[in-house]
Amino acid sequence: MSETVESVSALIIQKLLANPKVPRDIDGNCKIMEDLAFDSLAVMNFVMEVEDTLDVSVPLDKLADIRTINDLATCIVDLKNKG
Amino acid sequence: MTSLFSKFDGTASALGALVQAGGRNPFAVVIEKPISSTVGVIEGRETLLFGTNNYLGLSQSERAIKAAQDAVGKYGVGTTGSRIANGTQSLHRQLEQRIAAYFGRRDAMVFSTGYQANLGMISTLVGKDDYLILDADSHASIYDGSRLSPAQVIRFRHNDAEDLHKRLKRLDGTPGAKLIVVEGIYSMTGNVAPIAEMAAVKRETGAYLLVDEAHSFGVMGEKGLGVAEEAGVEADVDFVVGTFSKSLGTVGGYCVSDHPELEMVRLNCRPYMFTASLPPEVIAATMAALEDMQEHPELRTHLMANAAHLHAGFHRIGLNASRQVSPVIAVTLESLEQAIPMWNRLLDLGVYVNLSLPPATPDHRPLLRCSVMATHTPAQIDQAIEIFRQAGLESGAIAESAL
Repeated sequence: MSETVESVSALIIQKLLANPKVPRDIDGNCKIMEDLAFDSLAVMNFVMEVEDTLDVSVPLDKLADIRTINDLATCIVDLKNKG
Repeated sequence: MTSLFSKFDGTASALGALVQAGGRNPFAVVIEKPISSTVGVIEGRETLLFGTNNYLGLSQSERAIKAAQDAVGKYGVGTTGSRIANGTQSLHRQLEQRIAAYFGRRDAMVFSTGYQANLGMISTLVGKDDYLILDADSHASIYDGSRLSPAQVIRFRHNDAEDLHKRLKRLDGTPGAKLIVVEGIYSMTGNVAPIAEMAAVKRETGAYLLVDEAHSFGVMGEKGLGVAEEAGVEADVDFVVGTFSKSLGTVGGYCVSDHPELEMVRLNCRPYMFTASLPPEVIAATMAALEDMQEHPELRTHLMANAAHLHAGFHRIGLNASRQVSPVIAVTLESLEQAIPMWNRLLDLGVYVNLSLPPATPDHRPLLRCSVMATHTPAQIDQAIEIFRQAGLESGAIAESAL
C-alpha cells in the first residue's frame, strides 16, 4: 500500500476523465480551476471523491495551495505518509 | 497596470446576462414598504412575500414595536461600543439570560448578527491542532468561520451521518479536539439534519457538536428550540448557535451552551469583541418577540400547516420542490434559462421569492427559494400556487403534459 505521486496523479486523471465535461488531453500539470473550469465548490466536491477512494482526508486549508493535479497528488501522498 | 477590479469581470458579465434575460437585477429588489408581515410594496405594487425568512411574522409584532419605541425613549438609539468595553447594557445581559433560560442552558452570548455568531464561535472554539468537521452544504458564515480559524477543516457529505463517522474515524489517534458543525434546517434547500444520527456519531467518537438552529428556532420542536429538541438530543449539543433575524423578526445572533468556558470565549472571540453591540431598541424588541413566541405556540402549528399546504401545492402542479416539508421550500429548476424568466414572471404577477444561483446552491442548479410564514392565509398560499403554475408554464419549468 504505497502510493506515489505518479500513481495518485494517474488516479485523479482517471476520475476526472469520467466527467464528460473535462477536456480529454489533461495531464498532471493541468491547473484544476483554470484549465478544467472548476469553481471552488466543484474542486471541494471532486476532492471528496478522491478522499474516499484513497481513504484520506485533505483539510480545506491545504486546498488553498493546490493548483495543479500534481500538487493535489503530492499533498495526498504527504498526508498518507504522515498518517 | 492590472486593474484592481478585473476580478469582478466575471460577476459583471454574469449579472449583465441575468438582467438582460429577465429585465431586472434579482439582487436589487427593493421592498418599498411593508403593508403587513406577508405583503409588501415592490415596484409600486402590493406583492405577496414568500422569501423573507420571517417565519412567525414577528417583524411586525405590535409588542416588539412598542418595546423598541419604549427602549429608544429610555436608552437612546445605540451603544457606541463593543460587548467587552462600553457596549454592554443591562438589556444585553437580560436578553442573554432569557435566551439561555428558554433553552435551559447555563449561559448565552449575544452577537450583533447571526453571521458573526457563527463566525465568532467557530473561529474561536477550535485551535491549531483541532479539527472542524463541517457539513458540505454549510452556510457561508460557517465556511468563513472555518477560514478565520487555524484549525484543520474537513467536509463530510451533506446530511450523511455515516460519512461523518467515516471521516472522524480517519482522524483516530490524531491529537486535537474535534468539533462537528451542522445546521438544523439548511437555508437554501430546506433540508432537515438527521440530528439524532449525528448526535450518535458525536457520542461514539467523543467529538463536540455545534448546531446552527438559525432556520429551525421558532419552527421545530415543542418549545420551538429547533431540530435537537424535536429529535430529543439536546443534551448532546454542546453549542447552539442561532439568529434573531428569522423567526424573531429582528437582528442579532447568539450562542447558548452549558460549558462554563463560554465566559472565556467572550474574551477570545474577535467577531464578538471588535464590533459594536446591538442597539437597545433591537434588544428590547427581541425580548418582546421571544415573549410572543413563547405565549403563542399556535404560530408554529400555523407555520407547519402553511408549509405543508404550499409544499403539497407545488408538487400537485408538477414542480420539483423539496422532498421534506419545512418552512423553507426550494423549487429546483434545470437551467438559468428556466429560472430567470420564471422568477421575473412571479414578481410581475405579484409573488416575491428568492432566486438562488450556483455556486450558492448545491448541485449547480438554480433554485427558487420560498419561505413560508405562520401569518400567510390559506387564500394567499393558494394564490401563490396559482401564480407559480402560470409562471411555471410560461417559462417551461412546468410541462403542459404534467397537468
